[in-house]
Amino acid sequence: MPTYPAISPDWPGNLWLHALVIGVFLIAFLMVTVMTYIWIERRGLGRFQARLGPNRAGPLGLLQAFADMIKILTKEDIIPSRADRLLFWLAPVAAFVPVVMVLAVIPLWPGLQLADLNTGVLYILAVSGIGTIGIFLSGYAGNNKYGLIGAMRETAQLMSYELPLMLALLSVVILTGSLSITELVAAQDVPFILVQPLGFVVFFLATLAEINRSPFDLVEADSELASGFNIEYSGMKFALLYVVEYSEAVVASVLVATFFLGGWRGPLLPPVVWLLLKMVLVFFVIIWIRATLPRLRIDQALGFAWKYLLPIALFNLVTTALTAVFLPNLSVWVVAPINILLAAAAMVLGARQFKPGHANYERLEP
Amino acid sequence: MTAEAIAFWVLAALAAASALGVVLTRNIVRMAASLVICFLAIAGLYATLAADFLAAAQVLIYVGAISVLIIMAVMLTREMERGNRPGRFTWPALAAAVLFTGTLVWASLNTDWPLTDAPAPEATVSGLGDLLFKGDSLVLVVEMSALLIIAAIIGAISIARDK
Repeated sequence: MPTYPAISPDWPGNLWLHALVIGVFLIAFLMVTVMTYIWIERRGLGRFQARLGPNRAGPLGLLQAFADMIKILTKEDIIPSRADRLLFWLAPVAAFVPVVMVLAVIPLWPGLQLADLNTGVLYILAVSGIGTIGIFLSGYAGNNKYGLIGAMRETAQLMSYELPLMLALLSVVILTGSLSITELVAAQDVPFILVQPLGFVVFFLATLAEINRSPFDLVEADSELASGFNIEYSGMKFALLYVVEYSEAVVASVLVATFFLGGWRGPLLPPVVWLLLKMVLVFFVIIWIRATLPRLRIDQALGFAWKYLLPIALFNLVTTALTAVFLPNLSVWVVAPINILLAAAAMVLGARQFKPGHANYERLEP
Repeated sequence: MTAEAIAFWVLAALAAASALGVVLTRNIVRMAASLVICFLAIAGLYATLAADFLAAAQVLIYVGAISVLIIMAVMLTREMERGNRPGRFTWPALAAAVLFTGTLVWASLNTDWPLTDAPAPEATVSGLGDLLFKGDSLVLVVEMSALLIIAAIIGAISIARDK
């Protein structure tokens, strides 16, 4: 089995050069992955819906993203007359920057990361929260009621799903014993999806909601809000918001792959290839869910977070903590089947208790 | 000037400017955005002091949670477009603020701060964890604050519940 050498933390010389080179590399990596994801999503969704998808620009339609980008560059940049101009201009940037910042602590290759923070997991949670404010501001600044409703939904959804997301990550941190992402990957001799199946389900669903992917895409629900928060945007600002959506999908799949699927680890192939394979697998599941499930209503989405995900995330945290305290030396191959059984039981029992759409609409009417 | 000093002055200026923005802006959403920048600059100051856990927690709690809550509350207020009209207490508030700031500055300039040459700890997370949860530590205080939050949540539910 070939081993691949790790990159030293100040690889091409000194620390500043490292920051510059890796920073540029990360942004380029993000952009290329975003274009690939757009292609995968449009072609894949086409197949799911028994049509071809864009296939004219370049071989297999690979150049469609370039064609769209050139088209969008030539579009007029419209600012609504009653918009808040400063925030309207600032919002897409405020939404984009945090997404790039999350990538800084993810190891794409052993050692290939901008900084190996001791507080990596906490940093990721903290930084990804900033992006929401950007999305919210973009919904508000256009001075459009549909945009505002989308922004409201975004904040409500974020506040609800942040909690189960953190609790699910906390059980992973208990297993690792460290907040550093490097050690988190190093601890996964067995991918955490086997040891933490319930944590994986909760984290994956909460991430779907945080990045506003179907069935939680209420923020831009096309059929009711006519694309929601980005409704007033056009030209390059719209393109940036579009890129933000796919960057969030990239970052979400990187996070799922790193936290639960073993990150860059895997036999034979080079580390970064393994990571990319896992990312694309996760993204394919995301598209699959989008093509399969109808959109939730806002009360259903919030109820799902508070009444279903939060209890099973707490249950998972308690069982993980008990195992870590009382049976720390138990073999993984004993823990994994027990945890999978517990996860199945918790999900089925939780689903029995939870009824979507149980809000008292009649009683709210005047 | 060292890199730390440059970072400190840039972040301090940003924090002060955005704090002024919070007070002086009329538009309440811009105020919230300015508050976010202020919180981020303070997190940056913590990071320059090698308090990495505190910096991340500051961003997580103040930017990710409290600012979003503030924005949520702003969305529920009426007359958001016309902005926030000045209240009757402009001058008393200014006097109180000047007095408070003056006291703080005077006190911190005239205190004999203990200095140390010890290098900053490499990782603060495990030290904080030991301090909060290990043996005869602050664990009682932590549990008490959890109890306090539970009481607050139950109170909020009992107020908000439809009768």
